[in-house]
Amino acid sequence: MSLSPLQLCLLFSSALFCVGLIGALARSNTILVLLGVELMLNAANINFIAFWRFGPAPSPATGVMFVVFSIAVAAAEAAVGLALVIAIYRHQKNIRLQEAVRLKG
Amino acid sequence: MLMSVTAAHVWLIPALPLLAAGIGALTPRVGRRLAAGAAIVALAVSFLLSCGALVTALADPAAHLVHNFAWFDLGDSAVRLGWLLDPLTAFMCVMVTFVGLLIFIFSTGYMHEDANFTRFFCFLSLFAAAMLGLIVANSLLLLFICWELVGLASYLLIGFWFHKPEAAAAGKKAFITTRIGDLGLLLGMVWLYDATGSLLFYDGGNGVLETNALGALTAQFTIGGLAVSTAIGLLIFCGAVGKSGQFPLHVWLPDAMEGPTPVSALIHAATMVAAGVFLVARVYPLMTADLPLTGVPLHALTVVAAIGAITALLGAVIAVGQSDIKRILAFSTVSQLGYMMLALGVGSWVAAIFHLLTHAFFKALLFLGAGSVIHAAHHEQDIRRLGGLRRPLRVTFATFAIGMMALAGVPFLFSGFWSKEAILHAAHGWTVSPLPLYVALAGVVLTAFYMTRLVAETFFGTPRSETAEHAHESPATMTVPLVVLAIFAILLGFLGTPAWPWLQARLEGRTEIHGHSLADGAGLMGLSIVLVALGIGAGWALYGRRPRARAAATDPIEGRAPKLFHALRQRLGFDELYAATVGRISDGLAALADWLDRSVWDGTIRFLARLGVFAGVVNREADEDVINGGFDAGSEGLRRGANAYSHAQTGDAHGYLRVVAIGFVMLVLVVMLGGGR
Amino acid sequence: MSIAFLIIALVTLGSAAVAMSLRNLIHSALLLIASWAGIAAFYLWAGAEFVAFAQLLVYVGAVSMVVLFAVLLTRQSRVDMAIAPDALRRIVAALLAGGATLGVLFGAVVSAPLPIAASATPVTVSVRQMGQELMGTHAAALLIVGALLTVALLGAIILASTGREDPPGVAPPAVAPPTRKTS
Repeated sequence: MSLSPLQLCLLFSSALFCVGLIGALARSNTILVLLGVELMLNAANINFIAFWRFGPAPSPATGVMFVVFSIAVAAAEAAVGLALVIAIYRHQKNIRLQEAVRLKG
Repeated sequence: MLMSVTAAHVWLIPALPLLAAGIGALTPRVGRRLAAGAAIVALAVSFLLSCGALVTALADPAAHLVHNFAWFDLGDSAVRLGWLLDPLTAFMCVMVTFVGLLIFIFSTGYMHEDANFTRFFCFLSLFAAAMLGLIVANSLLLLFICWELVGLASYLLIGFWFHKPEAAAAGKKAFITTRIGDLGLLLGMVWLYDATGSLLFYDGGNGVLETNALGALTAQFTIGGLAVSTAIGLLIFCGAVGKSGQFPLHVWLPDAMEGPTPVSALIHAATMVAAGVFLVARVYPLMTADLPLTGVPLHALTVVAAIGAITALLGAVIAVGQSDIKRILAFSTVSQLGYMMLALGVGSWVAAIFHLLTHAFFKALLFLGAGSVIHAAHHEQDIRRLGGLRRPLRVTFATFAIGMMALAGVPFLFSGFWSKEAILHAAHGWTVSPLPLYVALAGVVLTAFYMTRLVAETFFGTPRSETAEHAHESPATMTVPLVVLAIFAILLGFLGTPAWPWLQARLEGRTEIHGHSLADGAGLMGLSIVLVALGIGAGWALYGRRPRARAAATDPIEGRAPKLFHALRQRLGFDELYAATVGRISDGLAALADWLDRSVWDGTIRFLARLGVFAGVVNREADEDVINGGFDAGSEGLRRGANAYSHAQTGDAHGYLRVVAIGFVMLVLVVMLGGGR
Repeated sequence: MSIAFLIIALVTLGSAAVAMSLRNLIHSALLLIASWAGIAAFYLWAGAEFVAFAQLLVYVGAVSMVVLFAVLLTRQSRVDMAIAPDALRRIVAALLAGGATLGVLFGAVVSAPLPIAASATPVTVSVRQMGQELMGTHAAALLIVGALLTVALLGAIILASTGREDPPGVAPPAVAPPTRKTS
């Protein structure tokens, strides 16, 4: 079975996505959970570029635009997320996510 | 000083008070002088501009100068707004800005102890801006927007002392009651747009008040054989009924007295209540369009006349039984607005506007005079507990008496006499029914009677309470506006005497003036003079000759007809009637909505919650099966979380993410295996 | 398929995977930076130079610094570093969920009827073209992103600020409580 470049890129991004997901699910350190989420976002960006580059009838700049905006949003997310980490740390003196359960119903 | 103001510049007149309102809103609490100064200066400049506009308008009184522009595009058509300048607009602008200016100045004295002084002036300016915008609007839409702004501002001002429960309730009542009428106005507006495709009043032949549109409107008929123009006119009139406190929506107006007295003057004299009369006068071509039709069951103006007549009589009768100085004036306003509507209904809109203008001055005078009395007597408003204020409050008494005589229609000298005469003559000339004339004549007696009672109880006799004894004259910021208003309450009448009806001619767009001798119609005039004398005489006989000795003494009418007096004091039970009918219905609706909430919607929510619980169970089962049940202690939280939906919120971010991932996998599997469609 | 792509993919995935499994946070962060750089290299390889530089600037340059600061600001004690008793269970669950996701994604990608076209002629986007697109077609989105970033940064500052009260000795604010005239 031969895989097209597009499919290879998609496999790469899928693998990266799952690495991020497993990291986010497995680690108790909030910073790492956040970084796992960042990886997942990056995997999505890779998909945009892959489709833009190899996909059917690539449009001039749409994919690139998407990624640029996505990176901007990811940066905002990282800033807010890490601020939240610091807030959690100040609150409970550690950053174990499973202890941040004050929203429990 | 008076530059020529064209239609394109008319927008400045409302814009300046709006700017002042903005300044007032941004001024901190300590910036009293800035807020009041901005409001007064803005309105003063608006007044000058209005005078300029009046000069422009009078140069060619028959013309409707307009300046239209597109607000925004809507598909193929554009929503267009515009400014209008004609004698009606110009006279109203001059009156509103001038009376408003005096009220603003009065307010600086009246409110100067209030902590929220800047906010008060912000609201006042907003009110003036909205009212002026309403006047200069050349589009029913723009008029409606300003109309609602007026309603908002009046709500804010009536409830200005919102820490008093009555004031808050009164503000709410005014807002909701007028809203009922506004609904009619909105419907009429939508219908009008649907029928003509425009909301501009005058637009070079395409406006809704011009011949083309009116012809189209009278050519169509709707339910009950009504001409479309009649139906739309009546819907628009609904708005006027609400805003001008006409029967059956008059109940809010007396309660609006809970606001500060300058607000009462502004609302009851110059602005809000005049808006309804102004609206009907503005769309008068629409209201009269159905008159040539013969086969229709109803003409719009007949309804206007009937409502006006009922209101005129009702207000005057109830005023007799009230004892709060401001409430008496409020019901007298209701009655006088009824007169104006009656004049509109019997076909003489110029008489209505003439009365509107004169009434604005003398009613503002009376309200500000009442404010001065209340201020002097330390917020004592009950006329039974006042009395004997003639000596300490010389200026207030003199000006108040002038206002009272103008309102009562004391002949020849006072403006109220001439405008009331104009209405009586118009009613006399109405061919449909003589009833409005009789009602108006009965109203003349009653008006003279209750105003005499008010003056006699307040200013004559002896002080009947501690506060009344220690009353002292108000400061100059309050008395000077009173004097100015009193002068105008006298002079204004001479603009429209039958001998030289300058105002009427200009309003109707004529440059020449057809005066006629006072001898024409002298019979009716003589009759009304006799009736005024009768009313004042009866009032003086009952209240002035033997003044009330104690605050608790019974009213002379109460002594003779206690039941009648009690009914009058209870305002003929309209509030109770509405509470028993409309209030009951809305309570029922609320109960229904409550039931729906509790059973139907709540059931749905519960069902969804069950679904959530089910999902939680699935999650737990997956956990146990997948991880071999070896981590019971760790899954304790999840198990408890499955008990109810709220408990499914474990707060465990990992768990949430895991559920999302599992859900994602399931979704993809569904799509791949089931084809997804 | 070019060797370059394979190397890039391996470096990226490998460093990401190791970063997610290391116990030392500093090491994790450094490896993640390598992973991000790898992604930037992928963008370069794919011909999206501008995005590659954006990735470098934002992630390798900025986010990594924020992460490092966050790591340093939240120093943990030895006890916290120990694996908690429930960690094993969580790791197993994570591996299962992640593995399922991976399998599903791979299956979807492999079986998807994507066009097996030879690599299309590479599309190049000049920076000028991008600038015109950003300021023209996507001007609204650009503005919104700007607003979003501003709000996010303000929010981050507020979240992370200590919210300590004013030091003693400073007078209370001069605004007097509102007093109203009674009637």
